[in-house]
Amino acid sequence: MSLQRFLQTAVSEWMNGEGPDSDIVFSSRVRLARNLRNHPFPLLATDTEADQVVQEVEQVVRSEEFQNLGRYELLKLDNLSALEKKVFVEKHLISPHLANESRNGAVVLSENEAVSIMINEEDHLRIQCLFPGFQLMETWKMADKIDDLFENSLDIAFDEKHGFLTSCPTNVGTGIRASVMMHLPALVMTQQITRILNAINQIGLVVRGIYGEGSEVAGNLFQISNQITLGHSEEEIIENLYGVTKQIIEHERAARRSLLEHNKLQFEDRLCRSYGILANARIMESKEAATRLSDLRLAVDLGLITGFSAHIINELMVLIQPGFLQMYSGKELTPEQRDARRAKLIRERLSAALES
Amino acid sequence: MICQECGQKPATIHFTKIVNGEKTEFHLCETCAGEKGDMFSSPSNFTINHLLSGLLNFNGAGTSIGGPSTEKPLRCETCGLTYSQFSKSGRFGCVDCYTSFAGRLDPLLKRIHGNMEHSGKVPQRSGGKIKLKKELQELKLQLQQKVAREEFEQAAKLRDKIKQLEKEIAHS
Repeated sequence: MSLQRFLQTAVSEWMNGEGPDSDIVFSSRVRLARNLRNHPFPLLATDTEADQVVQEVEQVVRSEEFQNLGRYELLKLDNLSALEKKVFVEKHLISPHLANESRNGAVVLSENEAVSIMINEEDHLRIQCLFPGFQLMETWKMADKIDDLFENSLDIAFDEKHGFLTSCPTNVGTGIRASVMMHLPALVMTQQITRILNAINQIGLVVRGIYGEGSEVAGNLFQISNQITLGHSEEEIIENLYGVTKQIIEHERAARRSLLEHNKLQFEDRLCRSYGILANARIMESKEAATRLSDLRLAVDLGLITGFSAHIINELMVLIQPGFLQMYSGKELTPEQRDARRAKLIRERLSAALES
Repeated sequence: MICQECGQKPATIHFTKIVNGEKTEFHLCETCAGEKGDMFSSPSNFTINHLLSGLLNFNGAGTSIGGPSTEKPLRCETCGLTYSQFSKSGRFGCVDCYTSFAGRLDPLLKRIHGNMEHSGKVPQRSGGKIKLKKELQELKLQLQQKVAREEFEQAAKLRDKIKQLEKEIAHS
C-alpha cells in the first residue's frame, strides 16, 4: 500500500483539521458515561446480557434520527484483529480497556471518526466526541445531542439525587469527562511545567498522559481533564476547564516568546538539530521520535522551519506508534524492525512534504 | 545481561512468568519491556480505582477493624454484589447498588467529589417521570394527613388523583 493511500485511511479528521488555538491545543474531547437501567453493569453482565445491550444500542444507531446525523457504523471488537484494536487505541477511538478486557465490546464510529461510542466498556455506553483544536463547548454540544438520541429510546439509568448512574462512583452525576490535549514544550523547557501542573491538580483538574489514565506523558503532550463529575453542571465543568486551558495557553505563548527573545540561537539550534535527526536517522525509538517531533512541531509553529504544515507532524505523532507501523508494514514487527521502520516512515513523510 | 528481545541494550527488567506450572523467564531492556506493554501493564496500571478502594475501606476513625463480624454482609439484592466486593473493585454491579449501599454512599461521594447531589443535565424522558414521581410522593403525604384528620371526602379526591398519576407514570 502506498503511503498516501495508507494515510487517507489511517488519519482521522481531528488530526488534519485546523481548529481554534490548534498550535497549542491539539484536540478537545468530551465523553459521557451512560448505562441502561434494566441491565447489570458490564462488569457483572453475562455474555447474553452484554450482547443484549449491544443489540439495543444498535437499534438506536440504525434509526432514522440517528443516521440523519451522518453515517455511523457499528463494529464488534470480537471481529477485529489484535492489530486493528491496537490501531484504534492509538487513534483514541477506543480505550485500552475496551480493546483488551471487555466482553462483547463494540464501538460505533462516525465516518469522520469525530464520534466514537463504546459499548460494554466499564459502562454500557461511553459517548466520546473528539474535535480538533480548542472547542470544548462545541464538542460537548455534539455529545449532548447524541446522548439525547439514545435517551429518546433507551431507558437510561438516572436518579434525581445522584444523576446518571455509572459503574464507578468517580463518574456518577454528569458522567462527563472533558479534556484537552495540549502541546506544552516551552513550559517544559523553561521548567515551569511542574508548578503549573501542581496548581491544576489543586483545582479539581487532572493531568494525564495522552492515552488517559495511567499513561505516560510523551512528546510534551499533556491531557488535562476534570475529575469531579457530581455537583456541578456540565457547563460549569466545561467553563472551568476552558478558563484554565486559556491561561495555560497564555503561559505557553509567553514561555515561547521568552525563549525566542533570550536564548534564540540555542533554542533554534536545539529544534533544528531534532529536525536534522528526524530527516536522517536510521533507527528511531518511539520515545525519541515523540520528543523530536515535538521539537519540530514547535519550530514549525514559530516559523523557524518552513515548508511543513503542522498537520503532517500531528499525523506522524500518531503513525509512529507500534500498532500503526505494523499495520502499515502489513505484518508483525520485532521492536528493532519497528525502530528502523519508524525512522524510514518519518524520513519519507518529511521529504514528501518538502517536495509537494 | 543483554536484552533477549532486541539483543542490543542491557536488560534491566527481569520477569518470570509461570503459566500452568511452565516457567518462562524474560530479560528485557526498558524499551522492549515498554513496547511489550500488556505483559507488564499490571504494576504501572495503578489507577484511580486503586486509590478509590483505599477510600472505600476507610471506615472512619474509631471503628474497629478486627473481630469477625456476625452481621450478614451488606449485599445488593438485584445483582448479588456485596459491599466488600465493591470496595475491592471500586465498581458497582448494577443500578440498584446505588440504593442498596445508599447508607455508605454519601460520605464516599463527598470524599470523591466534594458534593453529594447532582446538579447537571436531567434527561428529558426519564426526567419527566422523576417530576411526576415527586408529585406522587407529595400527594400520598397529603392523603395520609387527610385520613388522619378523618377528612374522608377530600381523601377520596386525593386517592383518585394518585391513581391517575400512577397510571401516567406506568405508561410513560
